[in-house]
Amino acid sequence: MATLKELTHREDRLAGGHRLCAGCGASIAVRQVLLGAGEDPVVVGCATGCLEVSTTIYPYTSWKTPFIHNAFENSAATISGVEAAFKGLKRAGKIPADKRVKFVAFGGDGGTYDIGLQSLSGAMERGHDMVYVCYDNGAYMNTGIQRSSATPKGAWATTAQVGPAQAGKQQRRKDLTQIMAAHGIPYVAQASISHWKDLTEKAAKAFAVEGPAFINVFAPCPRGWRIPFDKTVEIAKLAVQTGFWPLYEVEDGVWRQTVKVVNRKPVEEFLRPQGRFKHLFAPGNEALLAEIQADVDRAWEQLQRRFSEA
Amino acid sequence: MVEQKVVAATGNTVVAEAMRQCKPDVVAAYPITPQTTIVEEFAAFVAKGRVHTEYVTVESEHSAMSACIGASAAGARVMTATSSQGLALMWEELYIASGMRLPIVMANANRALSAPINIHCDHSDAMGARDAGWIMLFAETAQEAYDNTIMAVRIAEDYEVLLPVMSCLDGFITTHSIDRVSLLDDESVAGFVGEREAERALLDLEHPVTHGAFAGLGGPYLEFKKAQRQAIERSRAVVKRVGDEYAALSGRPFGVLETWGMDDAEVAVVVIGSTAGNVRHVARALRADGKKVGVVKIRCFRPFPYAELAEALSGVKAVAVMDRAESFGAEGGPLYLETRSALYDASNRPAVVGYVYGLGGSDVKLELVESVYGDLLDIAGGAAAPAGPVYLGAR
Repeated sequence: MATLKELTHREDRLAGGHRLCAGCGASIAVRQVLLGAGEDPVVVGCATGCLEVSTTIYPYTSWKTPFIHNAFENSAATISGVEAAFKGLKRAGKIPADKRVKFVAFGGDGGTYDIGLQSLSGAMERGHDMVYVCYDNGAYMNTGIQRSSATPKGAWATTAQVGPAQAGKQQRRKDLTQIMAAHGIPYVAQASISHWKDLTEKAAKAFAVEGPAFINVFAPCPRGWRIPFDKTVEIAKLAVQTGFWPLYEVEDGVWRQTVKVVNRKPVEEFLRPQGRFKHLFAPGNEALLAEIQADVDRAWEQLQRRFSEA
Repeated sequence: MVEQKVVAATGNTVVAEAMRQCKPDVVAAYPITPQTTIVEEFAAFVAKGRVHTEYVTVESEHSAMSACIGASAAGARVMTATSSQGLALMWEELYIASGMRLPIVMANANRALSAPINIHCDHSDAMGARDAGWIMLFAETAQEAYDNTIMAVRIAEDYEVLLPVMSCLDGFITTHSIDRVSLLDDESVAGFVGEREAERALLDLEHPVTHGAFAGLGGPYLEFKKAQRQAIERSRAVVKRVGDEYAALSGRPFGVLETWGMDDAEVAVVVIGSTAGNVRHVARALRADGKKVGVVKIRCFRPFPYAELAEALSGVKAVAVMDRAESFGAEGGPLYLETRSALYDASNRPAVVGYVYGLGGSDVKLELVESVYGDLLDIAGGAAAPAGPVYLGAR
């Protein structure tokens, strides 16, 4: 694994000057993931969303590496086609047999958990040599903070509003990382932009394996979460420290916690600084808060039982 | 003209054979009746090692076209096949393929759209995609399906064009019936289609490019669409040139439309696909009776041959347009609308009657075609034209 000093000397494949918001978790996720790709060329695919619209405003592009955007729900299928072309053109003798290229698809949680789940599942099952990275900010941020199946229970969203009849989103979030682990692919990981070394190492492993890999990266959205733009990393760290977002990997079926949490903080510490959860702290919502803590505890315990003590 | 092997085979078999001979780098496809035997037979070529193709067995037609788009942007020669609901599921991606100016060749086994669900032939699927920016070829026979597939590769990949091409053949009637087909040898096809010379390919790693950029913030969206319009207009000359070259190679002439008996015809039927055979058969019998009848078969629907059609119909008194698809709420089916449009500027504007027939594979009996010519001859004799669209054979 490269040291921090070495990483700082690697060229950024996503140039600065793009139009993502200050404090956006997505661009941090992309930089850290691509640093993990090493020296091999990388072809990037991206689902429709904040990352795509903010980095490719014609005639400009922030991508110093080959990039393709197709539509919202098919970033995985599109990159699977590029990877297939690479194989086909190699077999045709038009690309040298020893040429190495990495393929990565990015998508937000809307484009991954929801509308793109079928495309992702198909690409992973087919075994393409590609990495899929979900930057999970827990809502459809590009269209204006609508709830997705990654939105946490109790969170405010523009389609899961807060009022006398309802305190934000009513349902638990989908556990996509475990769904991907159930595909039995060589490498699956859950990471956070707050733990750069952990994320970069996971990206390096994902790029190194032959076959499909999936990384779910926690990537706060200051605009949608109603947090100051300089709190992105802090909030992401609290998600890890409270056990809301455990950091782990599944390598050839072996589950391993990559960042241990010794004294797990109450989930409240993650929720309280965020405007999207402020109604949970109003009198009368104590039970909902307790329910959220109970959900985190149960998911945490279930996950601990999967980890090998290696 | 080269020596050819004559075989008895279904339309789907010879489409799969044409695909093999065109040497695609990537085929991404999903099974759907009645396209399935194309992808099955191609899968057999893969299993036998007869192709170098990377065959991507996607989980839906949406992903089939998505993967084709990725592969074509990467610089590969890309082919696929679909039908009906599958084409409908691809709808979003059809526009993206043409908008990104990606040469992709897709066979479409024409089949009715749900609901009610129906697996048999009509042109609703392809006609629903007629504004998607694809070049669209239609086959009457298995032979034409084979020929169109090979020509489609050259047309799509021509630098003046760079557009996807849909090669349509009638579900079951052409896809599954055994027909007499002349096949070119592998070397002749390989020489004819050549190799794809992709520019600005994703896999040109030394020259990174961004595909699918955002032109939505006051960006040149309108100009992109104008460029697309210019490309499909330029394709008219390319289709003709490729058709001529293919005719020289195969001995089978290709025209964007084909006429029968039109030199002195007083009435004519305009038709697409396998029904053209039935229509010619009836027309031949009527000719034997001294009736001046003709047939126009459209082989290239996009770009539509307006000038050629107006010219073909310049001497007739009455025209019947047979649509195997509906355009609900319009005056008639898609071919009717195009035919009327083609005649608007003509000095001779014959009566035009729209007929909708054969939807969901309903039988196209010879008596029905005879009734169409009967109507036309009556109109030519002074009778009033029936109000269309006439639903032929509806109980």
